[in-house]
Amino acid sequence: MITVNTREQAYQAGMTVRDLLDRNQFTFRHIIVRVNGEYVPEEQYDKAPVQDGDDVLVLHLMAGG
Amino acid sequence: MRQILKEYTYTPATIQRGYSGKSLYLNVSDLRMEEKVVTEFMKEKFIGGKGFDLWYLWQAVTPETRWDSPENEIVMSVGPLGGITQYSGTGKTLVCAISPMTGIPIDSNAGGYFGPLLKFSGWDALELQGKTEKELVIFIDGNKGLIQFCDAEGLPEDSHLLAEELTRNYAESEEDQVNVSVVSSGSAARNILYGMLNFSFYDPRRKVVRFKQAARGGLGTIMLDKGIKALVVRYKGIKGNTNNPADVATLNRIGVKYHKEMHDLDEKQNGMRKIGTANTILVMNQYDLLPTRNFQTGGDPAAVNISPKVFIEQYLTQGIHDGCWYGCTMSCAKTADHFRLLTGPYAGACVTVDGPEYECVAGLGSNLGIFDPRAILEENFYCDTYGVDLISFATTVAFIMECYQRGQISREQMGGLDLAFGNSDAVLELLHQMARGEGFGPIAGLGIRRLKKLFAEQFGSDPALLQDIGMENKGLEYSEYCHKESLAQQGGFALTNKGPQHDEAWLIFMDMVNNQIPTFEDKAYALYYYPMFRTWFGLCGLCKLPWNDIVPADNYKTETPAKVPEHVQNYVDIFNAVTGKSIDKEELILQSERVYQFQRVFNIRMGKGLREHDYAPYRSLGPVSREEYLSRQELYDRQLREKQGLDPASMSLDEKIATTRAYREQQFELLMDAVYKRRGWTENGVPKPEHLREIGMDLPMLLEVIEPHL
Repeated sequence: MITVNTREQAYQAGMTVRDLLDRNQFTFRHIIVRVNGEYVPEEQYDKAPVQDGDDVLVLHLMAGG
Repeated sequence: MRQILKEYTYTPATIQRGYSGKSLYLNVSDLRMEEKVVTEFMKEKFIGGKGFDLWYLWQAVTPETRWDSPENEIVMSVGPLGGITQYSGTGKTLVCAISPMTGIPIDSNAGGYFGPLLKFSGWDALELQGKTEKELVIFIDGNKGLIQFCDAEGLPEDSHLLAEELTRNYAESEEDQVNVSVVSSGSAARNILYGMLNFSFYDPRRKVVRFKQAARGGLGTIMLDKGIKALVVRYKGIKGNTNNPADVATLNRIGVKYHKEMHDLDEKQNGMRKIGTANTILVMNQYDLLPTRNFQTGGDPAAVNISPKVFIEQYLTQGIHDGCWYGCTMSCAKTADHFRLLTGPYAGACVTVDGPEYECVAGLGSNLGIFDPRAILEENFYCDTYGVDLISFATTVAFIMECYQRGQISREQMGGLDLAFGNSDAVLELLHQMARGEGFGPIAGLGIRRLKKLFAEQFGSDPALLQDIGMENKGLEYSEYCHKESLAQQGGFALTNKGPQHDEAWLIFMDMVNNQIPTFEDKAYALYYYPMFRTWFGLCGLCKLPWNDIVPADNYKTETPAKVPEHVQNYVDIFNAVTGKSIDKEELILQSERVYQFQRVFNIRMGKGLREHDYAPYRSLGPVSREEYLSRQELYDRQLREKQGLDPASMSLDEKIATTRAYREQQFELLMDAVYKRRGWTENGVPKPEHLREIGMDLPMLLEVIEPHL
């Protein structure tokens, strides 16, 4: 299992940050991703691995009109 | 020039550290003008903008005052930072009055040039009181120190013609048109309760008069009821130091830093300079938040037809600076130029459409089941020129359409209009009926609260269903987000001072997606901090968008990225640089809270502002209908299992809906309890005297109002 924004989700072997964003349909561009507290830059989403047990935060930075 | 009925001269005050120190009182009943002194007490407790508006409005009205009472005032003020040119979003005028929609103070803000030009003409605030049969234009010339009450006879009704004619009339040359700003409404505002105000600015690149709106709460209806057809201000001489700031070097330094961020990051972040606030249409659709068919669902596959790409590629002029005040590099006020109208009195004309903003596309589009960008732009244009608050219009029409869909009203009862979801022809005809004062137009112009009563009493509609699906709170229609899965945002709309507008708090992503505020205490803190922080923009004459629609590249490193700490510090520094004061970010919140609590007590004074007035329609909290439940069945079933320990497989659909409703209504009650506690209110929503004392707002006038409710 992994946690995404403090909610548990199934882990999938070999998944990357990009896979995680796609699975959750996190399409908003203006986000901050942290894996176990470590910031992941956007250019690394395709390669950055997510491991079983990881705590992932995907913070959407939007506070409305 | 127009016939002058009365004229006054004055000596324009010099602006010192953001304030002129004077306010202007005009009474249209007897064409009277008075100067008032802006006191240190006012600056200390109310700062400016909405704070000054509410302070003057309190003095003007009594608990018995109604929106059309002569003593009701329209008050407008730009605030001490308004008019600076070094930072983005610094030209906002705040407007307050007792609203025809709610019976309590409404506050609404607009870009455009009027507020800054008013201040530079020597006036920190403008009060308009009284009523007159003979319709007037009021002209203020800030260079000559001249105020004229003029006959309005023969002027066009609708804003795009009226403001153009007045701008041309009062400018001293073609080049001088940029120094003139007009406040006007339109023909529909005479026949509906949610008429709005257009604030103009002349665009020398397009050579047209353009508009931003103080849209919410019926301000245009009030102005026309008073007999004021338009306000015109002229001031020539805007410079970077016209506000006479205490520390212009700091202003310049912060401004340069911010403009570089805008230049480097906007395209990577929200794309405000290409599409403005409508950049979020597909985002909302993808996150199940785009209100569709009266907030029944949060999206539709057809939303791709009204995507930012469509508007950018087919309609919106690109590559021209589009700020609604000098110095704004966010430049988000987009236009569709050379747009040929197909309906109404101006069919065939090519016009400039200001917009569409997000609320326009979501409200006049998806929430009405309309996914035709051309129709949305035509609705947008006519709402603007007729003086119609498009949010109240859209949400009201969405409600009517659902009533029709569910057999609660008939086509005959709508005067033959086929107001089915998706029928843009019928929506446009309804707008034209509002402008002509004919047919179903003025009835739809009453707004949802009055329509619920009318439909039940006259058409035999089911009052319980109307209550559930009528998206209003305090009498004001909700703005355009399908927020029912975010408990915090349910409060962000209903636990507001003026009614459900998103400018107090927009917490949907923090709550529903990021899960950053899981507990009631977390949500209550967010519903304390963000409304207080955002109130501050309205005190100072600022636009909210530059705060967080663009953020510094290293914002991710901060502990609280949602607050955008560097930009908060920018605002603290700008305030100090203009006023010469020495506030910090905590004092900034305190400045806001004083005015926020004042407004809550003002509501109580007007007979509202208690817990009973903060309840939301159930459509805001959860699924009303079977179709709504089924559209998110997996989510709702999971919540029954995880949050209530129930087995949805053993329950009928109606049982699941009823059980979900009971749970969600209880959650909302608990949210109210937590928010009231955090805001220093009693369980009935009344600010506690000891809390008012703590924040320095234990004014006898406030204590007197709350005392009977303690």
